[in-house]
Amino acid sequence: MVYLTRKAEFAASHYYHNPDFTPEENQRIFGKCNNPNGHGHNYTLEVTVKGEVDPRSGFVVDLKQLKEILNREVLDAMDHRCLNKEVPEFSSRIPTTENLAIVIWQRLETKMKAAQLHRVRVYETPELFVDFYGEA
Amino acid sequence: MKAHLTRRYMFSASHRLNSGSLSEAENAAIYGKCNNPFGHGHNYHLEVTVSGAVDEATGMVCNLTDLDTFVRREILDRFDLENLNTRPEFSHTVPTTENLCTAVYDILRLGFAHAHLEKVRIAETMMNSFEYSGEKGIV
Repeated sequence: MVYLTRKAEFAASHYYHNPDFTPEENQRIFGKCNNPNGHGHNYTLEVTVKGEVDPRSGFVVDLKQLKEILNREVLDAMDHRCLNKEVPEFSSRIPTTENLAIVIWQRLETKMKAAQLHRVRVYETPELFVDFYGEA
Repeated sequence: MKAHLTRRYMFSASHRLNSGSLSEAENAAIYGKCNNPFGHGHNYHLEVTVSGAVDEATGMVCNLTDLDTFVRREILDRFDLENLNTRPEFSHTVPTTENLCTAVYDILRLGFAHAHLEKVRIAETMMNSFEYSGEKGIV
């Protein structure tokens, strides 16, 4: 089994707000992230796939295909966008980095053909990242 | 759904590697420059990894404010700009980064209740880093 990781960067804005919370609860739990005008990050995404090396190609995965999937499912959908308003999954979920990792996993998982998705890592800043390994 | 969250911190401290159970010559041979009696310092980069189910209401594994508050109070305030050799955590052990890693892990494991502690990683320099996940080992 060999693991391969591809990186990508995107910039997006978001804010944290749960309509089921009172304004005071939203403020207490989410702090500055509750500002309704939003704020932004340069996100760094690392997608790790695993598989056996194909003896004919020497590849775990076709990198061109992986890049196309990442571009279509993540970058086109999220780069230079407001996650709350432009990514449908976040109409009912808070766009925390935890949920962003889960949403990116869900978007990629069904599109992978030869290789198996192993880990999605999302850096919100160099000081904070989230890993998601799937439901198991 | 379970996710892993990692937060990075930085603190600066000095230390001297010298074991009371070794002779002066042995200490000099084993620890080399790190045995300098006047000590030396590092900017330590600490990574704390916690895990847990993502709360549906908040979208969080744990509130970063809780983690930051705990780490600041229990780790950074304790070790930042200190001489590690003078700390009670190292009264019986050599303040190598291995032992610093296990000390930080134990403080978090015993005191931080908001999420499950997965791993502590400390980079002493750009060239070396140490990880500890408890006795179960690195997952």
